[in-house]
Amino acid sequence: MEKIAIVGLAQTKFERRKPDKTYYDLVYEVTRDALEDSGLTLADIDNVITVSNDFLDGRTISSMAVGEAAGGHDKNISTVEGDGTFGAFYGAIRVLGGFRSTLVVAHSKGSEGNVSYISNALFDPIYQRPLGIESLASAALQANSYMEKFGLSEIDFAKFSVKNHGNAWNNPYAQIPLTITVQDVLSSPKLADPIKLLDCSPISDGAAAIIIADEKTAMKSAKKPVWIRGIGHCCEEYFLGDRDLADPRALRSAAKKAFEMAGISNPSREIRVAEVYDAFSYMEPLWLEGLGFCKPGGGPELLDCGVISRGGTLPVNPSGGVLSAHAVLVAGLVRLIEAALQLRGEAQGRQVEDVHRALAHGINGPCGQSHCVWVLESD
Amino acid sequence: MNGRELIYEAVSRSLVDCELTIEDIDAIVIGNMDHFESINSADTWSVEGSGGVMKPIMKINTGGTTGTSVAIAAYYHVASGIFDRVLAIGWEKNSESDTTGAIITCSDPIWDRFSYSGAIPSLATEAIGYLKRSGATQEDAARVAVRDRTHALNNPYAHLRKPITVQDVMESPMLAYPIKLLDVCPRSDGACAVVFASEEAARRITAKPAWVTACSVRHSLSWFGDFDFDAGLLSLARASREAYEKAGIKSPPDEIDVAELYLPYSYAGLKWIEDLGFCPQNKAPEFVWSGATDMGGRIPINPSGGVISTNCIGATALLRVAEAAIQVMGRGGERQVPDVVNSLATGFGGCFWSDVFLMSSCMP
Repeated sequence: MEKIAIVGLAQTKFERRKPDKTYYDLVYEVTRDALEDSGLTLADIDNVITVSNDFLDGRTISSMAVGEAAGGHDKNISTVEGDGTFGAFYGAIRVLGGFRSTLVVAHSKGSEGNVSYISNALFDPIYQRPLGIESLASAALQANSYMEKFGLSEIDFAKFSVKNHGNAWNNPYAQIPLTITVQDVLSSPKLADPIKLLDCSPISDGAAAIIIADEKTAMKSAKKPVWIRGIGHCCEEYFLGDRDLADPRALRSAAKKAFEMAGISNPSREIRVAEVYDAFSYMEPLWLEGLGFCKPGGGPELLDCGVISRGGTLPVNPSGGVLSAHAVLVAGLVRLIEAALQLRGEAQGRQVEDVHRALAHGINGPCGQSHCVWVLESD
Repeated sequence: MNGRELIYEAVSRSLVDCELTIEDIDAIVIGNMDHFESINSADTWSVEGSGGVMKPIMKINTGGTTGTSVAIAAYYHVASGIFDRVLAIGWEKNSESDTTGAIITCSDPIWDRFSYSGAIPSLATEAIGYLKRSGATQEDAARVAVRDRTHALNNPYAHLRKPITVQDVMESPMLAYPIKLLDVCPRSDGACAVVFASEEAARRITAKPAWVTACSVRHSLSWFGDFDFDAGLLSLARASREAYEKAGIKSPPDEIDVAELYLPYSYAGLKWIEDLGFCPQNKAPEFVWSGATDMGGRIPINPSGGVISTNCIGATALLRVAEAAIQVMGRGGERQVPDVVNSLATGFGGCFWSDVFLMSSCMP
């Protein structure tokens, strides 16, 4: 794969509600900020990918509202409806396919919709929607499946919530930094057994943008290029009952492709820091297993042994993760941005030492039906 | 049949057509309009229909241009060098949707929605601007509709397959002046699947692939109020100029042998062919009346019957690419234009957006 890099990035602070900004305001801001960060101008950007979702925005052709704000005027432009990691994937292959650089921008305002209705609409309208299943209830099904298969407990998951909310104190963009204990998580209100309030990511407003460029354009940019060494994505079956929710095989396949491209044979040794999509506390250990950082069922042990804590050999979600800020569609792009910041040495209070290779991950569809994995490197 | 079955039918037929199995497909790109069928994340919903289980699949939705955006995405998947055979799918079940109710929400709720709602009002305003500027008549536009509906008789896949006359169009109910019922597309159910392949993979599939020579997109506007109704379709003029330059085309009506244009309404078949450079400004009516765009003419337009005969929105722009590819590959049967080397497909939608897609029997 020819050399391409992330050369610019920007994210908003994530908040429960941004009452004074429309989502096109947010898109404009991060686009402008990503350009400034890169030292490039709009003239250096020859194509744009926006990431949006019609249900979230209440707009058919949701890309229409933000194309101009994303710098798309008189440029080649397209859109991906799905997590930002998938939008960035398309942005990357457009550079591989001939463009000099792609600006990828994602937005969502969770405050302007009803997340239950919106995620209920992910489910089959005839057989499942009337049951009221949505992101929370389906996550509970997956958490139960995972607990039962490997004999895990709510305490195992609670520890991830404690870690990530604690990590968020070092991240000025995070929405909910918290100093909590396992007991705090266990006694938080139960929403859908076994998921409690402190096991859940919040509802957030925000946006993020990155600029992906070919080698020549990367050399022009102001910042140290973050090379994209491996990318892959894969999707499982649709009906939850057709899947083993405790066995993320689509993630394994996506990771395999990304690792092969990047020449990685031993991920837990060769990746220094990882940002994964933990929409719920149980998801972090489950995805770490799918990524091959440990054996199936071994996710919680990674935390117990300190491997994935801040000072460990493979810190996971030093940013606080999705548990600390969750603007849907944006959160995956933020994982990429956080990994890039680590590689640039710009992660400030959350900086991990000696980072040359990082992993970022995003999900699409109910219970992580589809996964996108990125391996990034710095010189 | 439900949406997943509709997709399955198109995908199965496309695989049979190129003698591949779903195992040979490396990635899938799919598009439709979410609010029409009211399915959130239709890519993950439809995997059993598209063959996407344990494959990379992504969803694209850019309004009427969805089909060409999907085709262009499939092209870039292959051009990246990462994937060899990529499936592009467009689909729509308009019979399961409140199409207008869903389209209304594409307009900005404060600035645009009370003036330009649904698909027709902004087009009606454009038509008035063109009539004023060019001196064209409603009958001139009707001639475009008659052409496309006549061409549809040669296409077994077309939705509307009854011929019409200019008089029929003129007597049909007025929807929004000057657009009458027969000036405009129907609401159709349908799906389209197209297989894109790298050079080496393509040669193993067929002796006569349709090589992609250029694709260009301009989706510049966010608000209908910003569109200049007195001017041409700027997005199409710009996208086509860029595409022609990439493909080395200097005189479109001479070098392009057939065009499948996304014309959702008849007046577009006058105004937009000027913006494509087929004829000079304001001269489209005489160009069309001369028969230049009919089968057998200098540059046949929409041998498939076009959008006025069939409009399953998520699929429609992809159908233009598919039909234009069929022409290059010589597989058009009764709708085949003889000796096609270069073909042009366009997509239209959103806020007066345009996509241009050029193919050739000669490798670029």
